[in-house]
Amino acid sequence: MNIAKRNFDAVIVGAGGAGMRAAVQLAEAGLKTAVLSKVFPTRSHTVAAQGGVSASLGNSEPDNWHWHMYDTVKGSDWLGDQDAIEFMCKKAVEVVVELEHYGMPFDRLDNGKIYQRPFGGHLSHFGEGKPVRRACAAADRTGHAMLHALYQRNVRANTQFFVEWMALDLLRGVDGRVLGVIAMEMETGEITVFQAKATLFASGGSGRIYYSSTNAFINTGDGLGMAARAGIPLEDMEFWQFHPTGVAGAGVLITEGVRGEGGILRNSSGEAFMERYAPNAKDLASRDVVSRAMVTEINEGRGCGPNKDHVLLDITHLDPKVILSRLPGIREISIQFAGVDPIKAPIPVVPTCHYQMGGVPTNYHGEVVVGGQRVEGFYAAGEVACASVHGANRLGTNSLLDLLVFGKSSGESMIEFIKSEPSALPEVPQSEIDRSLARVNRLDTQTGGANVDEARLAMQRTMQAHAGVFRFKDLLSEGVTKILDIEKQVAQTEIKDKSKVWNTARIEALELENLIEVAKATMISANARTESRGAHVRDDALDTPETPNGRDDVNWLKHTLWYRDGNRLDYKPVNLKPLTVETVALKKRTY
Amino acid sequence: MSKQRTLHFKIYRYDPDKDAAPYMQDISLELDGTERKLLDALTKLKAKDDSVSYRRSCREGVCGSDAMNINGKNGLACLTDLDALGDTVTLRPLPGLPVIRDLIVDMTQFFKQYHSIKPYVVNNTPAPERERLQSPEDREELNGLYECILCACCSTSCPSFWWNPDKFVGPAGLLAAYRFIADTRDETTNDRLDNLEDPYRLFRCHTIMNCVDVCPKSLNPTKAIGKIKEMMLARSV
Repeated sequence: MNIAKRNFDAVIVGAGGAGMRAAVQLAEAGLKTAVLSKVFPTRSHTVAAQGGVSASLGNSEPDNWHWHMYDTVKGSDWLGDQDAIEFMCKKAVEVVVELEHYGMPFDRLDNGKIYQRPFGGHLSHFGEGKPVRRACAAADRTGHAMLHALYQRNVRANTQFFVEWMALDLLRGVDGRVLGVIAMEMETGEITVFQAKATLFASGGSGRIYYSSTNAFINTGDGLGMAARAGIPLEDMEFWQFHPTGVAGAGVLITEGVRGEGGILRNSSGEAFMERYAPNAKDLASRDVVSRAMVTEINEGRGCGPNKDHVLLDITHLDPKVILSRLPGIREISIQFAGVDPIKAPIPVVPTCHYQMGGVPTNYHGEVVVGGQRVEGFYAAGEVACASVHGANRLGTNSLLDLLVFGKSSGESMIEFIKSEPSALPEVPQSEIDRSLARVNRLDTQTGGANVDEARLAMQRTMQAHAGVFRFKDLLSEGVTKILDIEKQVAQTEIKDKSKVWNTARIEALELENLIEVAKATMISANARTESRGAHVRDDALDTPETPNGRDDVNWLKHTLWYRDGNRLDYKPVNLKPLTVETVALKKRTY
Repeated sequence: MSKQRTLHFKIYRYDPDKDAAPYMQDISLELDGTERKLLDALTKLKAKDDSVSYRRSCREGVCGSDAMNINGKNGLACLTDLDALGDTVTLRPLPGLPVIRDLIVDMTQFFKQYHSIKPYVVNNTPAPERERLQSPEDREELNGLYECILCACCSTSCPSFWWNPDKFVGPAGLLAAYRFIADTRDETTNDRLDNLEDPYRLFRCHTIMNCVDVCPKSLNPTKAIGKIKEMMLARSV
């Protein structure tokens, strides 16, 4: 089969915050860049981020990147790489100011500077002081404002977008070098090879592996699936963030900024229970800590509602003016999805799958690194990537920062690489193209196979039941068996719709093939890690003086690497050495 | 939450790969009472018949993907309460744009108009080391403007846009135009007004206000258009 081929300097898969930040860099450098996105750029899931982007601007009170770095390392439960964390926290001010210059409508203080609010795990004086206002916000629509500002900057830079194109597979040369992607135009079903000197995955997360998720329908781990199929390992996939405050029953996100503005979590007796779990930071402890406290309250019978299955987020004590000016989107969401006006009554909330800390292994330049070596021509940034700055638990607002910092740094690395490369690109091996076409063609001919919706639901329910907020040895090993079983169904899904035109059934089947790779990586990595760290907490890892909170630094202070081939696991050390400052020393994590 | 009931869909169907012409299809769906929004019901319908085609993503009203014409009025499926709908729901693609398939329209013209207003802050003064300052009052001017999600509910409910989609910027584009005019950081207000001074681009708005009526984010493009017209008038006298 002859298929169209197009050549570019750079191809970016994904037009969320990371992809569009990188695109600005490349387009403004005058390089021929294609940005592929399954959705119109402003519909990418960055749009749903609410509370803020962190940067130690110190606009309201003293703050500095050293404190930000300390909080991030501690938040990561020491699994984050300290070189990447130093790089990110140091760069934060620069990238946030740039975004403001692009036109981002940040809220303002009386002196005209960017408004900042407190957030979970943001503290002063190396974790010892009071909460610090570090989250730069545009009301509670920071992600929306950011994504639109980045899109607008790209319109100005004349970036070439391929809107509603789905990347199918990563293409590698015989020497392993990445040569681009093969992609499908959703409107026509036509398939094209996008060949490029440098390929960036900025394709976002995969929260749709879980049944209850704050993530959009499009968050199907396409970059992770493509990387895994191309032999790239996935790092630290056992670490999933359950956001404390998803709307009970609906899963829609309620920002931590609500607690930043003074919101309090209450159990069935109205008690502000976080005081018992985190006496210092209380409701502004790290997300993993708050989510576990909530689930403990529910498990011990102190949940709210007829089924005692959620807790309440209370802001009724706040001045309605604050709610209307700082949290208007939250009010809208709560009225829409909980049937509650938070000015008058508390919002029912429950921990909900939100963010994948792991991903495609990169360094802080956005270069994909496997076995200590760069994968030539391959870059990743944002939620799909694992730099690793979030380690075992991400701090709120560090995701938007990650997009800006690593979107920019990967763009810069790509520019440098592209300029050093000779102009002729090696041929894409036909076998690479055929491998991808076979997946698409199977869907045209498959009969008697599994229903996509049913197979997806089986996967999501299994992930939810076997790899949730608290994890259990027996459930994890059963979960591995179940997911491997579901994988067989996924390999034989059947779609009824065979149309070439905007075939969403086909898209969903292809997305499920990506999701299942992520589900396997998560379950297998989680089953193997026999300690508790950050968001990964299991029943058989006990709190002892040698293993504080069940964290076993002797055996498990290392990154997991899952390879699709044979579900093989490998490990690599955590980089405890920052770029210029002293190591943040290991310590028991309390808030 | 809704009750258990049967929902009767009448859905506009068209697949150019196999249909000679569009048609309305009647499909019934049993609701078990756990579905809250129209999108929940559509998701369930799609699990039954995978050929029903529509766009969707965030399912919380911020991405702007699932705009459609619901019982004759434009709206987002993810923000439309099933309880507020009767037992029969008629779904059509957004009016006035070419249909690609089922409820999916070609939005090229809509985005072309958005791009035509130069949707980005232009400030040629060398950037300071830190953020440009803006007072809370000046920032307040952007409220009601920057929140647009580009869903196209407004422009595709506007008769002026139906008649002249290539010449009239439309409510979404004009709301965005005013968002940049109102931004104290932008230095090109005059150029922006010049860009709209034309019998069609701005002045085809006849304040019918369908845009205000359908906006799922409760924004008011007509008001923004009025402000641009006032500024136009003020500079001509």
